[in-house]
Amino acid sequence: MKSAMSKRKLKDTCGASAECISQVQKILRERFCHRPSATGKLFGIEFQYRHLLELLKRTTLHGESNSALIVGPRGSGKTTLLNHVLKDLREMKQVRGNLLEVHLNGLLQTSDKVALKEITRQLQLENVVGDKVFGSFAETLAFLLEALRKGDRTSSCPVLFVLDEFDLFVHHKNQTLLYNLFDISQSAQTPVTIIGLTCRQDILELLEKRVKSRFSHRQIYLMNSFDFKQYIKIFKEQLSLPAEFPDEPFAQKWNDNIQHLSEDKIVQDVLQNLFHHTKDLRSLYFLLMLAVSAVTVHHPLLTAADLQEASRQHSTDSKANIVHGLSVLEICLIIAMKHLNDVYDGEPFNFQMVYNEFQKFIQRKAHSMYNFEKPVVMKAFEHLLQLELVKPLERPSARAQREYLLMRLLLDNTQIMDALQVYPNCPTDVKQWAASSLSWL
Amino acid sequence: MPNLEHPAYPAAALLHLEGLVPCRESQVSMLLSIFGERQQFSFPSIFIYGHTSSGKTYVMQTLLKTLQLPHVFVNCVECFTSRLLLEEILIQLQSCSCETEPTSPVPCDTFNDFVRLFKQALVSRGLQDQTLYIVLDRAEQLREMEANILPAFLRLQELTDSNVTVVLLSEIVWELFRPNVGCFDPLTLYFPDYSIGHLQKILSQNHPPEYTADFYAAYINILLGVFYMVCRDLKELRHLAALNFSKYCEPVVRGEANERDTRKLWKNIEPHLKKAMQTVYLREISSSQWERLQHDGGEPGQLKGLSAHTHVELPYYSKFLLIAAYLASYNPVRTDKRFFLKHHGKIKKTNFMKKHEKTSNHLLGPKPFPLDRLLAILYSIVDKRVAPTANIFSQESSTRGKKCKFPLLQMKIVSVAT
Repeated sequence: MKSAMSKRKLKDTCGASAECISQVQKILRERFCHRPSATGKLFGIEFQYRHLLELLKRTTLHGESNSALIVGPRGSGKTTLLNHVLKDLREMKQVRGNLLEVHLNGLLQTSDKVALKEITRQLQLENVVGDKVFGSFAETLAFLLEALRKGDRTSSCPVLFVLDEFDLFVHHKNQTLLYNLFDISQSAQTPVTIIGLTCRQDILELLEKRVKSRFSHRQIYLMNSFDFKQYIKIFKEQLSLPAEFPDEPFAQKWNDNIQHLSEDKIVQDVLQNLFHHTKDLRSLYFLLMLAVSAVTVHHPLLTAADLQEASRQHSTDSKANIVHGLSVLEICLIIAMKHLNDVYDGEPFNFQMVYNEFQKFIQRKAHSMYNFEKPVVMKAFEHLLQLELVKPLERPSARAQREYLLMRLLLDNTQIMDALQVYPNCPTDVKQWAASSLSWL
Repeated sequence: MPNLEHPAYPAAALLHLEGLVPCRESQVSMLLSIFGERQQFSFPSIFIYGHTSSGKTYVMQTLLKTLQLPHVFVNCVECFTSRLLLEEILIQLQSCSCETEPTSPVPCDTFNDFVRLFKQALVSRGLQDQTLYIVLDRAEQLREMEANILPAFLRLQELTDSNVTVVLLSEIVWELFRPNVGCFDPLTLYFPDYSIGHLQKILSQNHPPEYTADFYAAYINILLGVFYMVCRDLKELRHLAALNFSKYCEPVVRGEANERDTRKLWKNIEPHLKKAMQTVYLREISSSQWERLQHDGGEPGQLKGLSAHTHVELPYYSKFLLIAAYLASYNPVRTDKRFFLKHHGKIKKTNFMKKHEKTSNHLLGPKPFPLDRLLAILYSIVDKRVAPTANIFSQESSTRGKKCKFPLLQMKIVSVAT
């Protein structure tokens, strides 16, 4: 009774205007969707933060050359960490204006030539290079760094190279870019720091011997090493509105609601489910973003039901959804393939075998299924091929006939049986056939 | 009753939108809540999957056009290389905010150039404050392009540091797209298939004005009753409905029955629909041939479909060659001695044969055989003496092995002096 009354009070005095809700959405969406901005908080990686900051300070203030790799699974916060450190670095008095940054990404710079052009562009040395033709990569890079020195400074400015998706640079020819960058970092002409970000744990094995020897073997690991209590704390903090929010009473109510939610059993179950599945914060942010998109003027505060709905949507089995939309004939073909897999222990089959199995069903006990002609059944089979639920073992060539091409089914038995449970208007004899094939033999 | 409500968009536009997308209101409201207001950030990438003709392309296009959100729409089958795709996006971006300026082709080779030109285009068109939507239809073709295209598109918001959302539409589930080292996973949304009630509602919407809606609804009911078990594709059903309606109305037109006489109408149309399943549905004959047939009132048996052309009349020796080829491709080699010689022994069953007794050779398909074996079997089945100097021209190269069911062989017999 009391909670109902307080809920009603909340609604009446909430007075959430459209403007207010719009502000809430704007703040939270930026926090969750936009590239992890440097204004967010860091969770659980303070040690790595200090290590990286120290490293970069040494380069900028003392002119030391360095190299490091930040290794961590997808979504564990590598880019966030780097952005934080860079932001704090730029605010330091001694560093301001004294650090040149070059940001490269393995997805964009797919070859060393492109990478070199990008470096030239980012260092703003296009005019200096002009139309000069260089013999090798090393010459060009040395020229660029020399050109930096010839500015109005007697000593050269430290350069920071950030290589995102570092494991893609490893696949370039001869790993030229990596070799030259690491070489320069060892030969101490210009203070250069190279920071690579990668998701592969075995990155060192992919480097060539000469590149590996020039690398300092300094690796910073981000391993999502927080436990469930910290996870709930992160959930609470990321959903709370900041103190500078214009509508103070609403912000207070919102934050109280979030506190209440983080203690709610249902919400904890939802978060526990997600935590067991994947620990990284990116998935959490996805879930929260889905839940937040349901907040409107009529529904100004988040509820546990929103989170449950978001979780349900996040974790549906997509193949089961596709099977739900198949026609009855196609379902019969899938059941025939299931029986073939059971009898022959998963060996590949062809269309002729599936058709044979289907005929056995039709001739013996089917009342609801009409005996379709072979070309019609073939068309249904080809639809399954198009949806990639059935995959041929080798590419179909002009030699083999289509009916005899060997295939595999990409669904397993539990998925098929679950899908049949929810299939709308499934004829009973089809369902019974799926449950047991032994009675038909 | 307006179901779609959103504070950012005018109610009139939403009402209009609702009328254009029957049976898809919940998907549209989900999309609207995800998109948020114009200048707010949304998910960097969204993956929408569902069966063909479940309305993905149509709903996206209608939604973006009606609410006038800045968008770029590209079909990945049309732009099948990365260069075509990226250039098409940049060209459409030019005409995004002002439709009157002529578009000039923009050369763009790599994704690196694309990111740079994209940022420049956003600034020059003044689109930085609103969310720009890039919709890639038939996104499964992206897997065939270079390996960096798909992951780069999924992260476009981060790479260009601007408010852009990439929407991928496809039939195939996301698990078959994910690259080996992982990528930035998009939000996956499912467009459910239409239920039989929805199909009826949508198909009954385009009824010709001369007849009542009930009459047409009864016709759709009959059509779905025949075809629903086989096919749930809205486009195919609509095509079949349009083709067969005139035949359905014939008794009413001729005055034999009135609109309510369901039994007579059913008896008239049912064999016709069954015939349609074997011909027009399989595209054996074209729809114009089908319509001509209906108009002339000819016998359905007279139809010559595409597969009728595979039956040819062969000369004498070619027939025997065909039979010999069939025997050679389906009989295992050890049985030749038993079948084709006068004095043969028994065949002992080996362990292999006992294990694989149940798998009929007809299920496994024809096997290749050498030319000599074919000739040997031929000589043993033909009554008369075949001259050994007969030349056999094969229309396929003889080195490939005759795996086809109907090998097209021609035999030219040199005249023999007996």
